[in-house]
Amino acid sequence: MRKEPYLEQNVAIRMVDITKRFADVVANNKINLEIRFGEILALLGENGSGKTTLMNMLSGIYMQDSGAIYVKGERITIKDPHDAYSLHIGMIHQHFKLVEVLTAAENIILGLNETRLIDLKNVREQVKKICDRYGFVVDPDKKVYDMSVSEKQTLEIVKVLYRGADILILDEPTAVLTPQETDKLFVVMRNMKADGKSIVIITHKLHEVMEISDRVAVLRKGEYIGDVLTSQTDPQKLTDMMVGRSVTLNIDRPEPVNPKESLVVKNLGVKDINGVKKLENVSFTAYTGEILGIAGISGCGQKELLEAIAGLHKLEPGSSIMFYPRGNKEEGEDLAGQSPIDIKHKGVHLAFVPEDRLGMGLVGNMNIPDNIMLKCYDQGKSPFTNKKKPRQQAIEIIHDLEIVTPGLRTPIRRLSGGNVQKILVGREISSDPYLLMTAYAVRGLDINTSYTIYRLLNEQKKKGTAVIYVGEDLDVLLELCDRILVLCSGRVSGIVDGRTAKKEEVGLLMTHFKEETA
Amino acid sequence: MMKQKHRKKEPLFRISKNGFVPLYKAWAIRIGALLLALVVCAFIIYSITKLNPLKVYGTMFQGAFGTNKRMWVTIRDTMMLLCIGLGLAPAFKMRFWNIGAEGQVLVGGIASAACMIYLRGKMSATAVLPIMFVCSMLAGAIWGFIPGYFKAKYGTNETLFTLMMNYIAIQLTSYFVALWENPYGSNTVGIINSRDKFGWFPPIFGQMYGLNVIIVLVLVVLIYVYLNYTKQGFEISVVGDSENTARYCGIDVKRVIIRTMIISGAICGIAGFLAVAGAGHTISVSTAGGRGFTTIIVAWMAKFNSFVMVLFSSLLVFLEKGAMEIASRYQLSDYVSNMIIGIILFFILGSEFFINFKVRLRQRFTKDKSQ
Repeated sequence: MRKEPYLEQNVAIRMVDITKRFADVVANNKINLEIRFGEILALLGENGSGKTTLMNMLSGIYMQDSGAIYVKGERITIKDPHDAYSLHIGMIHQHFKLVEVLTAAENIILGLNETRLIDLKNVREQVKKICDRYGFVVDPDKKVYDMSVSEKQTLEIVKVLYRGADILILDEPTAVLTPQETDKLFVVMRNMKADGKSIVIITHKLHEVMEISDRVAVLRKGEYIGDVLTSQTDPQKLTDMMVGRSVTLNIDRPEPVNPKESLVVKNLGVKDINGVKKLENVSFTAYTGEILGIAGISGCGQKELLEAIAGLHKLEPGSSIMFYPRGNKEEGEDLAGQSPIDIKHKGVHLAFVPEDRLGMGLVGNMNIPDNIMLKCYDQGKSPFTNKKKPRQQAIEIIHDLEIVTPGLRTPIRRLSGGNVQKILVGREISSDPYLLMTAYAVRGLDINTSYTIYRLLNEQKKKGTAVIYVGEDLDVLLELCDRILVLCSGRVSGIVDGRTAKKEEVGLLMTHFKEETA
Repeated sequence: MMKQKHRKKEPLFRISKNGFVPLYKAWAIRIGALLLALVVCAFIIYSITKLNPLKVYGTMFQGAFGTNKRMWVTIRDTMMLLCIGLGLAPAFKMRFWNIGAEGQVLVGGIASAACMIYLRGKMSATAVLPIMFVCSMLAGAIWGFIPGYFKAKYGTNETLFTLMMNYIAIQLTSYFVALWENPYGSNTVGIINSRDKFGWFPPIFGQMYGLNVIIVLVLVVLIYVYLNYTKQGFEISVVGDSENTARYCGIDVKRVIIRTMIISGAICGIAGFLAVAGAGHTISVSTAGGRGFTTIIVAWMAKFNSFVMVLFSSLLVFLEKGAMEIASRYQLSDYVSNMIIGIILFFILGSEFFINFKVRLRQRFTKDKSQ
């Protein structure tokens, strides 16, 4: 028998020198991590630092290229999720893996390959036992499509507990939850810990790390940086570990200079293909030299609003979008009913960073110069494309925004999300826009890149551009924007001053309309 | 707590995606695959027929290039295949699955044949060729326009649409064959204008198929330039990758779809012109002869690069001619030669897998590095 070197009392899992590559990208480089019994370990790192990849190797989604995994001191190979279950490892993924048309109980036993007849009654009893023990609320007969996001997540956790997991991995569990739901989840997590289970929570939210975890392990760009006891650290120290150098977590907000009306939207209405109202009676004004934030829970019309202004949606009759370049009243154009081609030919300098970067803003299979060329390829009378100018521009953008790319010929789908976003923002800004609209400009970006984007937006603001910023992080909106327009189910529920508004106030507007003033 | 008894072996193979592969390495893999295919074929040939595989390969070569005439027939057929491939390239690059090349070639051929029959004696033999060229191009363009228009306007499925257009073209051809039947009762059109060769390609540099080569090679260059260096070619790439992006940056997607399908159909129409005026001098339902489908392989293997297409269409025609020759020389059944073609194509197509993916064999657990 081989001697097992890692048979230690309190170590549930030990990962040794784990390396995983995807094509040219090293997602995990020689990572060493231990998970102890009865602890909550926070796995902290920025987007793309390799947290999920590392945990996916424990749950059987991926296999490491090299390195070893020891579970309870024994060297094992986790080939597929079944292996993971038999080792009592369960992972709750960011994107739920549930069958919508089945009930909770059916989802729980799905894939267990039991040869006996399915005994749903027994399942229900066991589910109830688990729920009572840790304080869950799950209705075993409810169909998944009737469940809220938080209910689905609870079901996922019960599912892995039913399968006997005593090491639970939660991948960004709070990303989809409201603050109240997050509190409930944390209570349950503490109950499970008290029962001796080990829990790994993957996250990049520092206050959650401080609140729930016992120990923090930090990854950066696929490398293991180190671990600290939560009680001996603070958010600033953790940020420095995560980013690799000191970052100041402040966003600049210069005062708007000489604001003039730039975009006046009145009674804007949009229906989707099925005739469902996506926007109704939206009216607002954006000024030159200011950043207008747009807040709202996801899917309440932010995307449609920007796309409607860019000419990508059919508008309801009565909608009007008056655009005054640089606030100049004489050059006003009504953009309502104009297609993107019309808007382009009118010389309206409108820049738009859409939410779907590779599906709408850029072409993944093309290289950087060609993507820069997208917006200006049809200039000039020649039937041939002029690749010289975009090439020059590409070199400038790569240099100015510190884009990391193997070369000008590399298709941009091979680049990281942050670099792709920089290309998109760089291209839109380089057109010297009068109106700049951005949708979730920092989604999925690391702290550094996010701050670069904020800086670029502020530069545009200082130049006198009207900037519209759709965001999901209320803290950022309140720090960056001069005014914040709040959308609630396709209608404007309020416009607040970014300097004075409180987070709670905006949060309330996101879900409720203000009482009509009599 | 339950005691764990869990120690499984690693799986035998591990497949992972390859990153950027340098061009020379990709081509080395492809050529390696071709050689490997020849070796495998050699074993099969020997075990089935007891013939010397090298001799069989020699015969294949003979079949394709053995005599001057054979060589020119091989070249002629290559040009035909290549021409259709060039027609498919713009549509495929736009992710418009035009599988209607067969029909587009046929209507082009009908147009050419009609010119040869109805314009005879009304103009000089040199003046009729440009007219035939334009007519077949137009016929093919119409055949491409129809599915393109319906796709752009109503979002119809282009695969089914172009496929069905093939059957219409075949029926049309049958109709015209009946109309132009010669001699009466033969149910064929026969060789059109066999006496005065009106509307036939004149020999160039003493070669009967010289004009075919010139027309197609000019098209190779034109299509390459069109797809890679023009604004319209750029629009095709954008629409092919993402219609949303195209809309976002102000490209008229509908116009691009219709325009590209007109071009695609027109070039296939030219292939019909080549088939009638430059090769068969007749028209029948088998004028396209399934080449509209074979070319799909050519266009895809070449990744729509027209110069690489020259290579793959030559390979396919060479295999076809060679296989026919060994079948007749050694009195083998057609199946044997088809097997050889199949094996070679299998290896070449399969080699793409090894270019895109890395395969690693199981490694032993490295000795535990106990500290």
